Amino acid sequence: MSDSSPLWEVFVRARRGLAHTHVGSLHAPDAELALRNARDLYTRRQEGVSIWVVPASGITASSPDEKDAFFDPAADKVYRHPTFYEVPEGVAHL
Amino acid sequence: MYGNDFSGEDAPGGLLGEVEAAEAALRAAAERDRGAAGPGEDLAAYFAQVIDADQKIEPRDWMPEAYRRTLIRQIAQHAHSEIIGMQPEGNWISRAPSLKRKAILLAKVQDEAGHGLYLYAAAETLGISRDELVDLLLNGRQKYSSIFNYPTLTWADVGAIGWLVDGAAIVNQVPLCRCSYGPYARAMIRVCKEESFHQRQGYEILHVLAHGTPAQKAMAQDALDRWWYPSLAMFGPPDGDSTHSAQSMAWKIKRFSNDELRQRFVDMCVGQAEVLGLTIPDPDLRWNDERQAYDFTQPDYAELMQVISGNGPCNRERMAHRRHAHTEGAWVREAAAAYAAKQKNKEKVAA
Repeated sequence: MSDSSPLWEVFVRARRGLAHTHVGSLHAPDAELALRNARDLYTRRQEGVSIWVVPASGITASSPDEKDAFFDPAADKVYRHPTFYEVPEGVAHL
Repeated sequence: MYGNDFSGEDAPGGLLGEVEAAEAALRAAAERDRGAAGPGEDLAAYFAQVIDADQKIEPRDWMPEAYRRTLIRQIAQHAHSEIIGMQPEGNWISRAPSLKRKAILLAKVQDEAGHGLYLYAAAETLGISRDELVDLLLNGRQKYSSIFNYPTLTWADVGAIGWLVDGAAIVNQVPLCRCSYGPYARAMIRVCKEESFHQRQGYEILHVLAHGTPAQKAMAQDALDRWWYPSLAMFGPPDGDSTHSAQSMAWKIKRFSNDELRQRFVDMCVGQAEVLGLTIPDPDLRWNDERQAYDFTQPDYAELMQVISGNGPCNRERMAHRRHAHTEGAWVREAAAAYAAKQKNKEKVAA
């Protein structure tokens, strides 16, 4: 099954205005069947208005054990947050 | 709310409320700071920290081999149960008493298939393939819930399955929404939300029969008589004899003992049976003021062991049917794969 029916990751947009969210995975031989299976499996109760299916083999993920090194650059850039800046007394709309 | 103990009373909204509470706890725990960064040298310590903080272990995290094996066994068995569980009720789709009942039953059996698929997908995140899982079921090396080895003799049995079997399953599964393994917990939240429709539709079938003609009421009572003890046995052997419990509790895979869950189920059912006007087939069932719970007769665990080891009324029939369906469906899988390969080739030629 793994060769002839690969794994697909399923993302569903619950309502207009929301981003697609990962809901689970399934096996299907091609994209069209993956989409149909995803509809039957993950939206039986009107859970979505749009579905993406992505071959699981096409996803490149960061690895949890390189968490420190990989996400470090974000930790030392506090100036990316608005709270870093001092706003003088009396300034509005900022 | 973050604890793993339910108080004596249901959370607002009953079991469904608890599922929602579990979902909220999952989000809250995810945002809580453990005060430590990512995994350092000591992977086992990091694993223990995440479990202690009631956060979730995710597929690519390091985990003890025994944790992985326990989860694969439990999730696979759970998935197999959903798949085999389609049979007893599927038996009545063609004979449902009205178009409405038939449409409902079809939707319910389709849900069971869906639950099986959510769970297979959760098991696959632990590094076992779907093919292996299917093989383990077909060659009998993994089990499914013993309850599905009992026959559905009358239409009232479909009601009893919804009320009692799905009811017992929900009591078992609601705590699993807080399981420490993320993909399993998320699958269980989905499953539990859908199961509550199953339980209510079963209860409604029995309620209609129990308030119908004397013959219909007798049919409902007969179904309760036959399904009561097998449903109690669904919670597994008594705590003293349960082999996997202690470690699973420590890992927060399991949150309550078999006997605690069984007691909770009995306490819920008594009032529900009264509203149905049916009698639970246990002469020793009575309220114990001291324990604030019902005393009840234990199911026949020797019978449970017999059914688990393959000697229930329908074990062979269920497995034969599953193997037959798998073999008969082979051409569909092959045709779909051949079509996919052909389309891929066409794309290549066009490009």
